[in-house]
Amino acid sequence: MAADITYAPVQRRFFTPGVCVLLALMATAMALAVYRFIFGLESVTNLTNQYPWGLWIGVDVATGVALAAGGFTTSALAHIFHRKRFEAVVRPALLTAMLGYTFVGLGLMLDLGRYYNIWHPAWPTMWQGNSVLFEVGMCVMAYLTVLYSEFAPIVCERFIGRVNLPGRLASWNGTVDRMLRSVNGTLGRVMFLLIIAGVVLSCMHQSSLGALMLIAPYKMHALWYTPILPLLFLMSAIAVGYPMVVFESMLASRSFGRKPEMDVLTPLSAFIPIFLGIYLVTKTADLLMRDVYPLVFEGSFQSFMFLLEMGGGVVLPFAMLLSSRMRRSPRMLFSASMLVVLGVLVNRINVFLVAYRPPRAESAYIPSVAEVLITAGLIATLMLVYRVMVTLFPVLPKEHPAALPGEN
Amino acid sequence: MDLNRRRFLQFLGMGAVGTVSVSAAAAESSSLEDASGGYGVLVDTTECIGCRKCEYACNREHRLTDLPLERYEDTSVFETERWLQANAYTVVNRFPNPEDEAKPVFVKSQCLHCLDPACASACLVGALQRQENGAVTYDAWKCMGCRYCMVACPFQVPAYEYDNALTPQVRKCTLCATRTAQEGGLPACVEMCPQNCLTYGKRSELLALAHEKIDGNPELYEDHVYGETEAGGTSWLYLAARPFTELKFQEIGPEPIPRLTETIQHSIFKFGALPLMLYGMLGAVMRIARSGHGGHVETTAEEEVS
Ligand code: SF4
Ligand code: SF4
Repeated sequence: MAADITYAPVQRRFFTPGVCVLLALMATAMALAVYRFIFGLESVTNLTNQYPWGLWIGVDVATGVALAAGGFTTSALAHIFHRKRFEAVVRPALLTAMLGYTFVGLGLMLDLGRYYNIWHPAWPTMWQGNSVLFEVGMCVMAYLTVLYSEFAPIVCERFIGRVNLPGRLASWNGTVDRMLRSVNGTLGRVMFLLIIAGVVLSCMHQSSLGALMLIAPYKMHALWYTPILPLLFLMSAIAVGYPMVVFESMLASRSFGRKPEMDVLTPLSAFIPIFLGIYLVTKTADLLMRDVYPLVFEGSFQSFMFLLEMGGGVVLPFAMLLSSRMRRSPRMLFSASMLVVLGVLVNRINVFLVAYRPPRAESAYIPSVAEVLITAGLIATLMLVYRVMVTLFPVLPKEHPAALPGEN
Repeated sequence: MDLNRRRFLQFLGMGAVGTVSVSAAAAESSSLEDASGGYGVLVDTTECIGCRKCEYACNREHRLTDLPLERYEDTSVFETERWLQANAYTVVNRFPNPEDEAKPVFVKSQCLHCLDPACASACLVGALQRQENGAVTYDAWKCMGCRYCMVACPFQVPAYEYDNALTPQVRKCTLCATRTAQEGGLPACVEMCPQNCLTYGKRSELLALAHEKIDGNPELYEDHVYGETEAGGTSWLYLAARPFTELKFQEIGPEPIPRLTETIQHSIFKFGALPLMLYGMLGAVMRIARSGHGGHVETTAEEEVS
């Protein structure tokens, strides 16, 4: 990917008040996680036989995967459709996707009763091709490998010609350098294959995630139970890709006191209303064709959540981003992107938790404080690792010397 | 598998190849009942006296609790409706009988051992499997504890050992697969039942028996064998004197639960056709975009609007 853009590690003070808050959240979650592994799921979660899936599956896993869609959508745009001007957002989106999926794995480990068997789906004698979850699992594992391979050259770039091992190990400098160069070279040659594979694998498991709940027709609320749920999941993942990139890019700029990269983000955001519009039309057509639209106004908790998801997360940002003036305003662009991100979060929570109404349940599932804290801690840790990575590796575009401190 | 393949081919609308395997598959498994030479249990709830001896037998057989038999005579448990737990594979509930106050209806619940079990279709590592004899069994060694099986079961049967930190299991009735593997072996509950309430046998024979009973006494029985068609059919079958919804049975249609997901799954991924097509298309786009746009900056809609 010969680009005229140069990347560089961010040089900023690492500890800020925000970072300390994140560290505190991380520490709390770690303590709770230890507790969970010693005393079992019952000690920290509100899960029951009727509600076997809770916040961790709905948010850490399902939403985590959806929000990591910035990775494949930007790489498709810049590398497959060859829109080179968007190169600047590919690396941060790739890093987010890589970390996002890694944390999906961590969140899953916490949720699995027999976490040490997490490798079982990869073992051929246990393959169970009828299971949607099997397909999701395999794709996620494969995609994680692709993501790490796509990121490896960035690590190589950082060290090639600069390998400087301490003390006695210094005699290995040359060897390590040659190794890095050969890894880099090999990956460079097959990178286009990996890039396409990443997009294909993403389309596969983003949609399959939507197929998961189709096995529970009698438990799902009709507003969300539709045979095209996989398609809707894929469409919403694609629609949230660029908003997520905008959202995190502006967050990072602000946190590092950089100028928001509006010259890239504004043109990127022109795609958002297109994808949101397609999603909105499909979703509406689905409601009409299945004849369930009266349920939207039935006044139940479910109908309220549906309106919140569609109104706040789709219609509003769609309308906002139609205007090019809004797309040029950092504040408006940030708000609209955040709405799309929150909309997808609410949608995934709705599909996995709100729509799920099992028989024989004595009371509805409400996540415990510990579940919420662990989820918050995972997100905080992800943000911290992101911060560490961008200060260590050339992920963000090199700053203009004239850059002003954050204006937003 | 054949069924899925057939649907896959239908989905793609393939002509010649399709027809051959469709007819082959159709001959093999035109309906689920034919395919199941399995065994099951017929529960005649009109015979049940609510003695809970089946609960006792089950708990003893599977070492779930060690309450002595006398404790099961306690009828106060019927005051609240109970449901299956990690340490209760079967429970008996009492329902009022509006026709005869003195004769309440007792219903024993447990896993119904579906002919096309949703739990087994959901399990990504094959820990839950339907055996030849009809029992849907669980292999804890394979299980990774994702609890997708619990999401999938329409009857809300599998329970989980949330309090076990290291080796939690999915827990449900096993149809006493180890006992019935022996010649003449009966499930523990069936063996213990003092009434003529539980009958173990070939499912096809049980169905015939059930209809015989209904025909012999149409005054008494509801004209419905629960489990005959529910979720594509279950190995446990029920007869009752009251409508099943009154007894808190789930209303489940005849379509096997895993149909939709398996159809989607296999039509899209079985031969990797769609992913490969997508791969090829994206590859082509990549080539064209690269050669076409070389180095110069492209003017597109999104630039004009920005
Ligand atoms: S009743 Fe539920 S647990 Fe039992 S076989 Fe059917 S789907 Fe599986
Ligand atoms: S909890 Fe175990 S048995 Fe149930 S679906 Fe997951 S791996 Fe299979």
